[in-house]
Amino acid sequence: MRRALAFVLLATAGAAAAQSLGDTTSNGSPGAATTSGEQTYREICQACHMAEAQGGTGPGAAPALAANPRLGDPDYVLTRILRGRAGMPAFAELLTAEQTADVANYVRTHFGNAYSTPITTADVKRLAPPPES
Amino acid sequence: MIEFEQPSRRELLTAIGKAGGAVALYQAMTALGHAAPTQFAGPPKLSGARPGASVVVLGSGLAGMVAALELQKAGYKVQILEFQDRPGGRNYTVRGGDVIKETDGTVQKVQFAPGNYLNPGPWRIPFHHQALLHYCSELGVALEPFVQINLNGYIHSDKAYGGVPQRIAEVGVDYKGHVAELLAKAVNKGALDDTVTAEDKARLLEAMRGWGLLDKNMAYTTSLQTSAQRGYDRPPGGGVNGAPTPSQIASLSDTLDPRVWGTVSGFFSRTMQQTMFQPVGGVDMIGKAFARKLAGLIRLNARVTKIAQDDAGVTVDYVDTVTGKASVAKASYCVCTIPLPLLSQIEVQVSAPKQAAIKSLPYHSSCKVGLEMKRRFWEQDEAIFGGHSFTTQPIGEVGYPSTGFFKPGPAVLLGAYAGGANAYTFAAMTPAQRIETALKQGSVFHKQYRQEFSNGVAVAWTKLPWITSCASTWSEDLRREHYQNLVSVDGRIVLAGEHCSYIGAWMEASLLSAIDAITRLHQRALAA
Ligand SMILES: Cc1cc2nc3c(=O)[nH]c(=O)nc-3n(C[C@H](O)[C@H](O)[C@H](O)COP(=O)(O)OP(=O)(O)OC[C@H]3O[C@@H](n4cnc5c(N)ncnc54)[C@H](O)[C@@H]3O)c2cc1C
Ligand code: HEC
Repeated sequence: MRRALAFVLLATAGAAAAQSLGDTTSNGSPGAATTSGEQTYREICQACHMAEAQGGTGPGAAPALAANPRLGDPDYVLTRILRGRAGMPAFAELLTAEQTADVANYVRTHFGNAYSTPITTADVKRLAPPPES
Repeated sequence: MIEFEQPSRRELLTAIGKAGGAVALYQAMTALGHAAPTQFAGPPKLSGARPGASVVVLGSGLAGMVAALELQKAGYKVQILEFQDRPGGRNYTVRGGDVIKETDGTVQKVQFAPGNYLNPGPWRIPFHHQALLHYCSELGVALEPFVQINLNGYIHSDKAYGGVPQRIAEVGVDYKGHVAELLAKAVNKGALDDTVTAEDKARLLEAMRGWGLLDKNMAYTTSLQTSAQRGYDRPPGGGVNGAPTPSQIASLSDTLDPRVWGTVSGFFSRTMQQTMFQPVGGVDMIGKAFARKLAGLIRLNARVTKIAQDDAGVTVDYVDTVTGKASVAKASYCVCTIPLPLLSQIEVQVSAPKQAAIKSLPYHSSCKVGLEMKRRFWEQDEAIFGGHSFTTQPIGEVGYPSTGFFKPGPAVLLGAYAGGANAYTFAAMTPAQRIETALKQGSVFHKQYRQEFSNGVAVAWTKLPWITSCASTWSEDLRREHYQNLVSVDGRIVLAGEHCSYIGAWMEASLLSAIDAITRLHQRALAA
């Protein structure tokens, strides 16, 4: 059995905001959480984008990240991860800046994507939405 | 037990905030942040529908069904199209024999004993969700108490108490005791002289002594007095050995762990205060009661694929998910309650701003694991009757059934309610791995787990084909840009559902949004 990783709910402000979302976000498991981009992909993104990043099937499915030309634009990728959109969750308050940059770099350099310009934590901070208070 | 009137408690917490900083202020915030009950002024009084006017309702969750019920009362001809093979949407209960299908084809068959169930989604109702309570009463849905606050549950943090779970009463009492002692010290040092009057200083000290159970030296200590709240080592008894012995208080530092103080202050959240309710026999009793009123009007296994409108009316394309046959439904108006992760991938003929709103709002998710245990060991061995134990581990909590106390035989525990990023971690696992994770992590509370486990079911909302998530995640930014565009009537179409509200993931949200939507749609219809 593999070890389930604990991902951080970033700040106590997040915990307060999460409470106002309703019943569904009762926990955010604070804990140490440094993970590689690959680990984050396997532990989180894979649930929807699938093992080979081929995307899901059926209504509401996540698109393929494999061989996806839109991943060429670093800001597009980061904005999607940070802010989410419809079925794509917003990860700004769920991943650290390092985890976000690492997983963005991972999908941009795997699954038939070869966009080598690295995304940095400075890019993440530039595009992150203002924290909810 | 000393009780405080609300105002003095508020003053108290404000003072604590000033002296004690963020931690204390957080508690004050959660206690003060939510005040008013929901905006329910009774069911809508719509009447005089245009003769022959019809409405097609998309989705048979509570939003769709309350819309259909009230529109029908007003004289509209109503039909509902529902993707699934059951009405109710997120108002959902699983029992022995039920089958749960996931997006990738994974199938779970529920093996619970007769009478046992898991509510994978909604499970508790705040006492001030008046619209929902109204319809439960109107439709004859029996409610019973949901035990939300049970101080005999545990708190576990990997960073406090050496990782050993503590009873919530113990940590809660220690937390306020230590904070009260600190505040009293600050007052006595004159640290609050510029904010508290001399008269209030004396009252504040008195309050701290009573609230924190401080001794004559204004210290929070191990004593029979503090044990009267946090529990004893040996409780009071009768006869020769009747004398109690106190329990040892723990350190201030342990109580400053966010899982500890966050849990204690979370009990004050407006939506989590007692009394909470649950439908007797499973939350889906609500959906089933609505569906009975709408007999013959709900077409199941009908997945909407396109929504169009023109001067003459609305045209909805749908596919029968069993036969694959494509059909078209026509009506004068449309109430669409399809959750946005799915609606965003359907062609909808509405204005560009509404389309942008539909596509922009993200959703979050969670995973619940139900574990059927051979006996109620939490009641029998640990005197826990309902409520929860909370942990920093990904399972988030263990939830104990609020019903069937003392019954012999198997019962279902909520073994995980994983939220945040953990929702996706659980979704990425197979059901067997989710159950194994819940057993492993829950064993931190209950050594009996492995011995007593019988079977389990793991519902990862991300994997449910008809929603792929739990509920909408609004931010202030998104509200400003998209909220009004999302809820506006667009020609003959209006959206409703949990996502069209300021309430968040509550059944009340779907009812209030639908009532508002059909009221505006009715006005539009009369004006046409
Ligand atoms: C884990 C969890 C815990 C919760 N806890 C609570 C709680 O304790 N208390 C509480 O009050 N609320 C709680 N909620 C929130 C509550 O469940 C929802 O707010 C409410 O049930 C939503 O109702 P709705 O009608 O808006 O949407 P839904 O119930 O989702 O209805 C939408 C319907 O549309 C159907 N549909 C989807 N796509 C199509 C299509 N293409 N064509 C046709 N039909 C389609 C779906 O199958 C579904 O039946 C919880 C939710 C979750 C997920
Ligand atoms: C709950 C399911 C889910 C999870 C988990 C998820 N995604 Fe997505 N993702 C989606 C969906 C659905 C979309 C399409 C959203 C839309 O309609 O634009 C998407 C879109 C994207 C896009 C834009 C693709 C494009 O072609 O426009 C990127 C990049 C992306 N996701 C990356 C990630 C990464 C990285 C993770 C993990 C940190 C992740 N996703 C986790 C569901 C998910």
